[in-house]
Amino acid sequence: MKILVTLKRVPDPEQKVKFKGDAIDFTGVNWVPNQFDEYAVEAALRLTENASAGGAGGAVRDGEVVVVSIGPKEVAQQLRAALAMGADRAILIDGDDGALDAEMVARTLVKLVEQEKPDLLLMGKLAADSENNQVGQLAAGYLHWPQATFAATIQAAEDGKALDVGREVDSGVEIKRVTLPAVVTVDLRIIAPQAIKNGKTAPDHAYPEGPRYASLKGIMAAKKKPITETALATLGIAPSLRVKTTAVTAPPARKAGVKVASVEELVAKLHNEAKVL
Amino acid sequence: MGKVLIFVEHSGGHLRTASLPAITFGRAASEHQGGPLVLVMLGKTLGAAAREAAQFGAEVLAVDDPALEHYLAETYAPIVARIAKEQGATLVGGTATSTGKDLLPRVAALLDAGMAADVTGMSAPKTFQRPMQAGNVLVQVEVTTPVVVAAVRQTAFPPADPKAPGAVTQVAPGAVDACGARFVSVATTQSERPELTEAKVVVSGGRGMKESSNFKILEELADLLGGAMGASRAACDAGMVPNDLQVGQTGKVVAPNLYIAVAISGAIQHLAGMKGSKTIVAINKDAEAPIFQVADYGLVATWEKALPELVSEIKKLKATQR
Repeated sequence: MKILVTLKRVPDPEQKVKFKGDAIDFTGVNWVPNQFDEYAVEAALRLTENASAGGAGGAVRDGEVVVVSIGPKEVAQQLRAALAMGADRAILIDGDDGALDAEMVARTLVKLVEQEKPDLLLMGKLAADSENNQVGQLAAGYLHWPQATFAATIQAAEDGKALDVGREVDSGVEIKRVTLPAVVTVDLRIIAPQAIKNGKTAPDHAYPEGPRYASLKGIMAAKKKPITETALATLGIAPSLRVKTTAVTAPPARKAGVKVASVEELVAKLHNEAKVL
Repeated sequence: MGKVLIFVEHSGGHLRTASLPAITFGRAASEHQGGPLVLVMLGKTLGAAAREAAQFGAEVLAVDDPALEHYLAETYAPIVARIAKEQGATLVGGTATSTGKDLLPRVAALLDAGMAADVTGMSAPKTFQRPMQAGNVLVQVEVTTPVVVAAVRQTAFPPADPKAPGAVTQVAPGAVDACGARFVSVATTQSERPELTEAKVVVSGGRGMKESSNFKILEELADLLGGAMGASRAACDAGMVPNDLQVGQTGKVVAPNLYIAVAISGAIQHLAGMKGSKTIVAINKDAEAPIFQVADYGLVATWEKALPELVSEIKKLKATQR
């Protein structure tokens, strides 16, 4: 299986957002991989290996994982980290978040899909910064491919031509079958120890929870793996925004709360002051 | 300007209450745009649910076909897009439920439309407010395409009130193409409690609850207050409660009148899902827990001590209110 997987860099969600006038102040921001994308990379690796076959030497790769990011040159750092985890190669498309919207990103991915012809476009369900939750669905719509969003589990069909995806929906878990090629976007639980069954790794194999750490060998190997650089214009993507950000503000601050000394005081305040009991 | 087309959902033969805020949004959009509001519903055997939707004072276009029994973005999106074109809709919207978030971007793709996601406000026909970065940034976005798609945050708009009923019009589905996708099954969690996203009171437990059986006392508190149960990611991941109780960036966004967070430290991803609550109570043994920064009332205590007292105090109060 060949998988094209996205990896966006985002400001560290744990850092307090700073504002400069009517814009976000990115100075001093610590850029980290979007967690959902990092999980997608892990999912891509699990789908393309036999983790039961390699013995002490680790998993045996069976498939290809190409990681793509649209961002400044510095995003090579996040791509290199994904290569160190085990991805085969990377594509860096020069682009600035401020000059992109979900449609442009989706069209860019469609161009790459046409070039790379993957069986699967695998992505995080959303980027933790813009939280648009659109790109995968848009790309699937443009490509006329099936889509499975918010994946918590993925099981490859016996013939390898489809995936049964467990999707976290409002009422519980839905299983949806998508024939390949398809778009799948992953949610948090895709990195649970037994979330992915690819038909090669033994079905009872349990991975450690979370994305894998790069081994020293992996880090050394990643230095030799190619990162192809290209530009939106080269791919024929015109810079026109369908969704323009026209104002940026800090949310209104919540009124400072109080600590109460006892349950009795809490109930009295909820009754008399907040009037919610 | 053209019509406003709102996609409404149904479940168990009824209009989903989650769709009511989208109808409210649709009414506001219709006033902004000057075009009428139209609702669209897809599925199998829609009779009662479509009539329920018609109680909200707009024409309901019902696409009723056995092939549409189970929701699939692949089959629903082309039908919604086609109807939007036939109706001359300039705005297509719906609630950002798990279905809305899956469907509406695909509709936008088919309509070549720009989309505003997780909309919390509207200031002009194509200008919307929405949160970003786990609710720590608010942005205003302007969609520049002739047709606009919007997914609205359920808690940001009040549920619509009924009006003089509209008509239900049957619309043929046309060719249904699942594009290689198939619904296999759904495992739903049954609960007698109100839906998490609609409850006036939400009682949530976190990692500090330690194990599943300890949620019993939280359930007792929730039932006493007529509320819903919620949980942090940690409590769901540890298997204490089903994943569909999760409140946060993954999971559900809630904004009840009263949110009680018990033994939840308050990770940013959790805060993103409950910061909009009117009154927030935090009970945590760690005085430094970030949850206290958003709490209106904080009590530094173990749940083992605080919860039995809280249940008993509220019972006392309820007794005087009778």
